[in-house]
Amino acid sequence: MIARLRRWIPAIGVFVAFIALWEAVVRVFDIQGFILPAPTAILAAFPGAWPEVWPASIGTFLSALGGLALGTTLGILAAAGAARWPMVRDGAMPLAITANSTPIIVLAPVANAWFGLLSPWSTIVVVAVLVFFPVMINMVRGLLSTSASELELMASYAANKRTLLWKLQLPGAMPYMFSALKVAAALSLIGAIVKEYFGGSQARLGQYLTLKAGNFQFEEVWTAILLASAFGIGLYLLITLVERRYMGWHVSVRAAKV
Amino acid sequence: MTDFAVSLAAVSMIFETAGGSVHALDDITIDVRDGEFISLIGPSGCGKSTMLRLVGDLLVPTEGNVAVRGKTARQARLDREYGMVFQSSTLLEWRKVAANVELPLEIMGVPPEQRASRAREMLALVDLTGFEDNYPWQLSGGMQQRVSIARALAFEPSILLMDEPFGALDEMTRERMQMEVLQIQKQTGTTIIFVTHSIPEAAFLSDRVAVMSPRPGRIAEVIEIDLPKPRVFETREDPAFFAAVTKVRESLRGFEAFE
Ligand SMILES: Nc1ncnc2c1ncn2[C@@H]1O[C@H](COP(=O)(O)OP(=O)(O)OP(=O)(O)O)[C@@H](O)[C@H]1O
Ligand SMILES: [Mg+2]
Repeated sequence: MIARLRRWIPAIGVFVAFIALWEAVVRVFDIQGFILPAPTAILAAFPGAWPEVWPASIGTFLSALGGLALGTTLGILAAAGAARWPMVRDGAMPLAITANSTPIIVLAPVANAWFGLLSPWSTIVVVAVLVFFPVMINMVRGLLSTSASELELMASYAANKRTLLWKLQLPGAMPYMFSALKVAAALSLIGAIVKEYFGGSQARLGQYLTLKAGNFQFEEVWTAILLASAFGIGLYLLITLVERRYMGWHVSVRAAKV
Repeated sequence: MTDFAVSLAAVSMIFETAGGSVHALDDITIDVRDGEFISLIGPSGCGKSTMLRLVGDLLVPTEGNVAVRGKTARQARLDREYGMVFQSSTLLEWRKVAANVELPLEIMGVPPEQRASRAREMLALVDLTGFEDNYPWQLSGGMQQRVSIARALAFEPSILLMDEPFGALDEMTRERMQMEVLQIQKQTGTTIIFVTHSIPEAAFLSDRVAVMSPRPGRIAEVIEIDLPKPRVFETREDPAFFAAVTKVRESLRGFEAFE
């Protein structure tokens, strides 16, 4: 326990030093609030901003989470299909890889037209589409990462395709799934907020940011930025925690635990 | 119908690779009796592993025919006649030791309590009691190899195909494991095809030793080992044992002289 805490000391030190430097730079160079407010100024803005910024963050976060769940689920299902049938794989993979290298977020205004400006579904769907491709591509790679000798072992037991998937391919794909999830989690928050820039409910982070920036209330803007970051970090930590819990066997986690 | 456990008739195996075709096995014909212990010995690359894969229906021969208990090799695999010990231990890294041993039982639908007790029994047999809850990477290479032996024995297959199963073991453990395998064979009547690089091991364990020559892989000679059964510790001090070892060695040397 002590040893583990000690490992955090450098990170905490750097963080504190960073905040202190930020404060100092703002004060020494007398930087204007709209360029960069001091940490103390942001902190002071929190109580006033809270009744507005907190529900907006929660709303955006839930949409992002919904999209993440939907996109991940569909991505995994699609990957299982692609891994199972070579025909599906050959048909779908080039498309998926192409789609994954396009800025899908440009769909945002279109989604508003499809689902209505105020429906949370427009955000959820944009995020789901955004998350779908990296999850699917990584999962296909993971499901096909089984070695020839492992496949021979399963063949010697006359294991059917379903057994192969559940007992060999899915467990083997876990490391791929977790790295895909970490990318997807960050992507989901970015996607949700950027989508909301294009319009939607006022009680959402994207709209809140546009509004406050338009009014030159940059301390409020920064409260939103910090809350969004906090949600992003929280989501990442949660995924890492689950990963450690269920993937203690894997080299990456083994190394991290030592 | 034959009463042979395994029959290979004029089996050839040619691999087509990017760098040309590799003639791995040529015109292999051999019958393995039910309950027999037969060893394959020969220089590296002569096709021993390939031959096991052909018997186990993990490869399909380019020419010739493999029959197992009057069935095709494929049907025998679907009937789960084979227990395979691969040259590398091939343990699933996310499964603990006991769960690895339980894998075939799980696939074959054995109920959990029965699986667990069977795994414990098999692990005791290979001297790994107390390691049930370890992950494979926490074991040494030789221990991993023993887990894979326990896994192959767990579901009592009628034919064991073992590819250098004791390669990673020290001399004492190796001798213990040899006795265990012979004991199991005596109790269950399992037919065993066994690949090894050790001449004394082949002579000690086998009813017959098939000596193979390379490029392309052929069976150069099949040597009957006339040692009384059951084999015991003293068998290794029997003059007949030394005679058998010498015979295998000379057979191996025979074609190496032509190289
Ligand atoms: N899947 C494959 N594709 C192409 N060539 C192969 C394949 N498997 C085996 N071979 C070739 O067949 C030959 C026999 O290989 P095999 O693994 O059966 O040898 P071995 O007798 O088991 O050797 P060792 O004692 O080193 O394990 C080798 O020349 C090898 O390169
Ligand atoms: Mg081999």
